[in-house]
Amino acid sequence: MLSDITIGQYYKENSFVHRLDARMKLILTVLFIVIIFLCKNFFALALMLLLTGVSVILSKVPFRMFFKSIKPIVPIILFTVILNMIYIRGGTVLFSWWKLELTSKGVFTAVFMAFRIICLIFCSSLLTYTTAPTELTDAVERLLSPLKVFHVPVHSLAMMMTLALRFIPTLIEEIDRIMNAQKARGADFESGKFLNRVKAMIPVLIPLFVSAFRRAYELSFAMTCRCYHGGDGRTRMKQMKYRVADFVCIFVFAVALVGVILLNNFFGRLI
Amino acid sequence: MSNIVLETKDLSFLYSKGTTSQVAAINDINVQIERGELVGVIGHTGSGKSTLIEHFNGILKPTSGSVFLDGNNIWQDKKGIRSVRFRVGVCFQYPEYQLFEDTVEKDVAFGPKNMGLSPKEIDLRVREALSFVGIDESYLEKSPFDLSGGEKRRVAIAGVMAMQPEVLVLDEPCAGLDPRGRDTVLSLIKSYKEKTGSTVIVVSHSMEDISRIATRILVMNESRLAYYDTVKGVFSHADELYSMGLDIPQYTRLFLLLKEAGYDVDTDIYTFEEAKRELLRLFGRRCRNAE
Repeated sequence: MLSDITIGQYYKENSFVHRLDARMKLILTVLFIVIIFLCKNFFALALMLLLTGVSVILSKVPFRMFFKSIKPIVPIILFTVILNMIYIRGGTVLFSWWKLELTSKGVFTAVFMAFRIICLIFCSSLLTYTTAPTELTDAVERLLSPLKVFHVPVHSLAMMMTLALRFIPTLIEEIDRIMNAQKARGADFESGKFLNRVKAMIPVLIPLFVSAFRRAYELSFAMTCRCYHGGDGRTRMKQMKYRVADFVCIFVFAVALVGVILLNNFFGRLI
Repeated sequence: MSNIVLETKDLSFLYSKGTTSQVAAINDINVQIERGELVGVIGHTGSGKSTLIEHFNGILKPTSGSVFLDGNNIWQDKKGIRSVRFRVGVCFQYPEYQLFEDTVEKDVAFGPKNMGLSPKEIDLRVREALSFVGIDESYLEKSPFDLSGGEKRRVAIAGVMAMQPEVLVLDEPCAGLDPRGRDTVLSLIKSYKEKTGSTVIVVSHSMEDISRIATRILVMNESRLAYYDTVKGVFSHADELYSMGLDIPQYTRLFLLLKEAGYDVDTDIYTFEEAKRELLRLFGRRCRNAE
C-alpha cells in the first residue's frame, strides 16, 4: 500500500560515511556529479566507478538498497542506451538493418552513458541513505547562509524543507485513513475510466487539504508558543564540526578530479 | 435465515508479512455475532480492536481465516466487496475528518449515491439518517465545515447510517468529545438500534460507555479474543480484566469494594441508575434500622 513508499530513505547505521559531516557529504556529492560529467573515456570512468564502489562499501548500506533505487530509473537508462546506439555513428559497423546502423562507437557510448547514470544514482542515493533528512536540511541551511547578505531567507527555507519532510509520512498515513473511510462509504478507487478515477479522488483530496491546513495552523501555533521567531540568534542543539575524516575525503576527491583530467588527456576522448 | 449475521473463523492478520518486523495484529479470532445485538468491543491500545473491525467490511483482507456475512464468505467474490461495505457500515475513528462536500445533505448522500439509489430514495435516507443523529433539517444546506465538533461527528455518523447497513460498526464514536457530546452520541446509538433493530458494534476504551449501551461485550487482549459474553459475564472476570490492563466500570468497582467491606450488595451494577437504586436500597434499610 501507500505506506510502502520510502521517502526520506535514511538507512540507520554507524559507518564512516554516516559519520561524515552532512555539509561535506553534500559538497562531495555535487563534486562527484561534476567529476562524473568530466569523464571522457572508460579509464576515467573506471576510476569514478572505483570511488563509488569504495564509498558504497564504506557506508555499510546493503547493496540491495542501491538496486532498489536503480529500479525506477531503468526505463530512463534503457531509453538513453537505445537512443545512443542508434544515433551515435562511427568506428566499425557491427550490424545494419534497413536504415539503422549499429556502430562500435554507438555501443561504447551507450555503455558509457548507462554507467554514468548508474554512478549518479548510486552517489545521490548514498547521500540520502547515509544522511538523516534533518541533517541534510541543516547542511543546506549552513551552506547557503552566505546568501543572507542578499536577504535570502535561508533559515525559513530550510525550516520549511524540514517541516515538509517531517510531514510526508504523516500525510501518507492520513491519506490511507481517509481512503479507508471513503471506501467504507462505497467509494470506488480501483475501477472505472481514468476520468472517473480522478473524480473519485476528490473525496480524499478535500479532507486531506483541510487536515493539512489544520495541522499547519496547529504547528505554527505550537511554534509561536515556544517563542519561535525565525533564525536570528537561534542556537543549535547539534553543532556541526568538520573533522579530519572530512578533510581526508575532500582530498581523495580532489585527487580523483586530477586523476580524471589526466586520464582524459592521456587516453583520448570517447565522447 | 440464521440468526448469526457476522461470523469470523480462525481470522488472523499479519502486518508486514514476510519481513522481520512481521506482527500479528489479530490472531485466530472466532466469534459469532447475532442479529440485533449491540456489541461493545473493548481492549487495550494495540490489542487489535480496530484491525478486527476493518475485516468486517473488507477494508483489510485476512492473512488467514475468513469472515462470513449471513453465512457467505465476504471474500468469495472480489467484486462483491463493495456491496459488503454497504451492508456492513463502518464509521472509523474521528469520522469528521472524512467530510468533504459543501453541504451536509450532499455529504450524507455520498454513501447512498455510491449504492446507485434513486434521487428520491437518497433524499429519504438522508433525512432519516439526520433525524437519527438529531441534526435538524435546517442544517441540510449548511457547510459541514461550519459545524461544531460534536455536530460534525454526528453528521459523519449519519453518512454511514444513510446506507442503512445491516450491521453498523462505530470505532470510538465518543473519542475527543466532551461529556455532553458523549451522552448525545451514546443515546443516539442506542435509539438507532432500538428504532431500526439492526446490529450495532461499538469500539470503545470506556467501560462506562460500553456498559451503558451494550448487550454483549467482546474483549480483545494482545491480538486474541479474550471474552465474548454478556455484560454481566464479562465483568464477572474483574481480576482477569485488571491483568489485561483493562478496567471495570467505576460503579461496579465501588460495589465490589462494598461487598468486600462486608455489605450485602449486588455487584452487577454498571450504570448510574442501577447504582442509585442499589445504594438507596442499602442505605434506605440502614436508615430504617437506625430508627
